[in-house]
Amino acid sequence: MQAVLLIDFGSTYTKLTAVDLDAKKIFATAQDFTTVDTDVMEGFERALLKLKEKTGDIPFEKRLACSSAAGGLRMVACGLVPALTAKAAKLAAFGAGAKVIKTYSYKLTRSDIQEIDQIAPEILLLTGGTDGGNQEVIEHNASMLAKTETFFPVVYAGNHASGDICRDILESEKHPFYLCENVMPRLNKLNIQPAQGVIRKIFLDRIISAKGLSKQKALIDGILMPTPAAVLAALTLLSKGTSKHRGIGELMACDLGGATTVIYSIARGAPTKELAVVHGLPEPFSKRTVEGDIGMRYSAHGVVEAVGIEEIARIANVHEDVVYDWLNRIDQDKSILPATEEEKALDFALAAGALRTGIIRHSGTLEMVYTPVGAVYQQQGKDLSEVKLLIMTGGALNHTDQFEAIGREALAIQDTTVLAPTNPRIICDTQYVLSALGLLSTIDPETAFELLNNIFGKEDSL
Amino acid sequence: MDKKTLVIGVIGADVHAVGIQILNFAFQEAGFNVVNLGVMVTQEEYIEAAIEAKADAIVVSSLYGHGELDCQGLREKCDEAGLKDILLYVGGNIVVGKQDLTEVEKRFRAMGFDRVFGPGTPPETTIEYLKKDLGVA
Ligand code: B12
Repeated sequence: MQAVLLIDFGSTYTKLTAVDLDAKKIFATAQDFTTVDTDVMEGFERALLKLKEKTGDIPFEKRLACSSAAGGLRMVACGLVPALTAKAAKLAAFGAGAKVIKTYSYKLTRSDIQEIDQIAPEILLLTGGTDGGNQEVIEHNASMLAKTETFFPVVYAGNHASGDICRDILESEKHPFYLCENVMPRLNKLNIQPAQGVIRKIFLDRIISAKGLSKQKALIDGILMPTPAAVLAALTLLSKGTSKHRGIGELMACDLGGATTVIYSIARGAPTKELAVVHGLPEPFSKRTVEGDIGMRYSAHGVVEAVGIEEIARIANVHEDVVYDWLNRIDQDKSILPATEEEKALDFALAAGALRTGIIRHSGTLEMVYTPVGAVYQQQGKDLSEVKLLIMTGGALNHTDQFEAIGREALAIQDTTVLAPTNPRIICDTQYVLSALGLLSTIDPETAFELLNNIFGKEDSL
Repeated sequence: MDKKTLVIGVIGADVHAVGIQILNFAFQEAGFNVVNLGVMVTQEEYIEAAIEAKADAIVVSSLYGHGELDCQGLREKCDEAGLKDILLYVGGNIVVGKQDLTEVEKRFRAMGFDRVFGPGTPPETTIEYLKKDLGVA
C-alpha cells in the first residue's frame, strides 16, 4: 500500500486524512484540537495517535499539510479605483487564501496608516494603475506605507512603471519588497495569478515559521498552502477535471463558520440571459470571497443586520423577540449549541441568512435598462444562475442534518437582479475532504479527482 | 514620447456596437493607446477607467439619440474625480433627428465638451483634432 497523510491545521481542529494511492481510497480520518499556543505538533501527535488506532502503525510515503491556524493569513489590500484595481487586489488576496482585513482605495492618509499599524497585516498587497497608467497614487501610497511602525512584507502588483520607484521608497524601511506583475495590466484585464504565487511563497517562507508551524520539518514534507487555497484547488480540480477525466463543470461551495462566511464559485459566469452586456472587471474563474461580518456566532449580529430581523424570525417561525433573545445568549456564550427545537430553528435561520448574504454578495447582478426598443440587460460580475452543484461545509453545519434545507432557504432570494444558483444539487462535505484532497491534487491529481468525483460528482458526471 | 491614452465607449443604454470598433482600430493605428469600454458605458466607467489608465482624453460615442441626456454632468464628475482638464470629445448621432449642428455643438460645449462631432464625421478628422489638442506631432 502506498499511503499519504494529509494534514489540515485548522483554527480549531487539526484534521488528518489518510489516503491509499493504490486503492484510490480514503481509509481513515481523525482529528484533535489545534495547539497553536504551545506547539502545533502536540495536537498533531494526538490526532495521529487516534488515526493509528484505526490504521495500525503504517508508514506514510508523504505527509502534506495546509494551515489556517493562528488566524489564517491576514492581509491588507490597496488599490486605486474601488471597482478596478482595489477590487482586483481583493480578489487576488482572497484567491490566495487570505483573510482581507481591509481594502483601501485612492490615496492613503495618515489615519489609514495608523489603522494599518493596528491591523498589523502579515502581507500588504499594493496595487494601482494599469501599466502605463496612473503612477501618482501608488507612489504616494508607498511613501505613506514607509511610515508604518509595524513590519510586514509588501507585494507590489501595480503599475509596472512605478515598481522600482516604490521599491526604493519601501525597501529601505521595514518592508521586504516583492515585485510582481500588475493585477490589472490593462483596463478590465485581471491578472492575479502572479501576485497569488508570490503571496503563497511568502506564506510558506516567512509566516509559517513565524507561527511555529514549521518545527519538526522531518515529520511533514512541508506546509504547502493556506487551507483556503487547498479547498480552492480541490474545487477547481473537481470542476475542470484532469487530462484523463472530464470535470463536472461549474460549481459553488460555501464554508459557514462562527465568524466568517466564505463562498467559492468555480465558474465562468457567462451571461445566460440573451442580449446581456457584461460590465466591469471580469472575475476569476476560481473565485473566493470572505464575508467578515457574517457568521453563526461572532458575526451573528451581522447576519441579522444583512437580512433583517423579520426575515430571521420568519424563517425560524418565531417572534422577533425570540431572535433578540437568542442573539443575547450567543453574545454571552460563543460556543452555545442549540438544544431545543426552537433554538435549532433559530440556528437554521441564522445559517440560511448567512449563506444567503454570502451568496448574494458573491454573485453577479443583472439589471434591466429600458430603451425605445425595449429592455436591454446589463450584467455585473458572474451569472451563476445555472450552476448545478452547491457544496456546503463549515464548522457551523456540524450540529445539523438540515444542510440541504438550509441551502434551499438561502437560495430563496427575493431580489431578482441577483444571479445566484436557482436550483443546484446540494451536498454537504461531511467528511471534510476538500482541503485534504486539494493537498493531494498537488502530487496526484488523478486520484484526488476520482475521490472528489465519487463524493460530489455522481449525478453530473457523464 | 509616450503614447497618449484615450478612453472610448458608447454611452448610456446605447448598444450600437460597430462604430466604436472602427474608432478603436483607427485610433490605435494613429498611434494612440486605446481603452475601449464597448457599449452601454456609464459616466462612472469612463471616469474610473481614465483614472486607472491615466487617460489624456475621453471620447464619447452616442448613436441612439439620447446622447444629450446621457452626457449631462460628465464634466462635473470628471472635475470631482480629479480628472482636471481632461479632454472630452463627443460624436456620432448625438441628438434625435437632423438638428442644426451649431446649436447642438453649443449645447454640448456648454456641458463641458471640448469638441463635438456631427453624424458622418470620419475618424481622420477626429484624429487630427486629437493630435492638435494633445500636442502630438
Ligand atoms: C445596426 C443598427 C442598429 C442595431 C445595432 C446592432 C449593434 N449591436 O450594433 C439595432 C437593431 C440593435 C439598433 C437599435 C436601435 N437603433 Co439603430 N441603427 C443601426 C444602423 C442601421 C447602423 C449602425 C451601424 O452599425 N453603423 C455602422 C457604423 C460603422 O457607423 P456608426 O455607428 O455611425 O459609427 C461611425 C460614426 O457615427 C462615427 N462616430 C461614432 N461615434 C463617434 C464619436 C466621435 C467622438 C466621433 C468623432 C465619431 C463617432 O464614427 C463611426 C465609425 O465611422 C443605424 C443607421 C445607420 N445607417 O447609421 C441605426 C441608428 C443608429 N439607430 C437608430 C435608432 C433610433 C435605434 C433605436 C433607438 C430604435 C430603432 N429604431 O431601432 C434602437 C436603440 C437600441 C439601443 N439601446 O441602442 C437611429 C438613431 C437616430 C438618431 N440618433 O437620431 C439610426 C441612425 C437609424 C435612423 N436613421 O433612425 N440599431
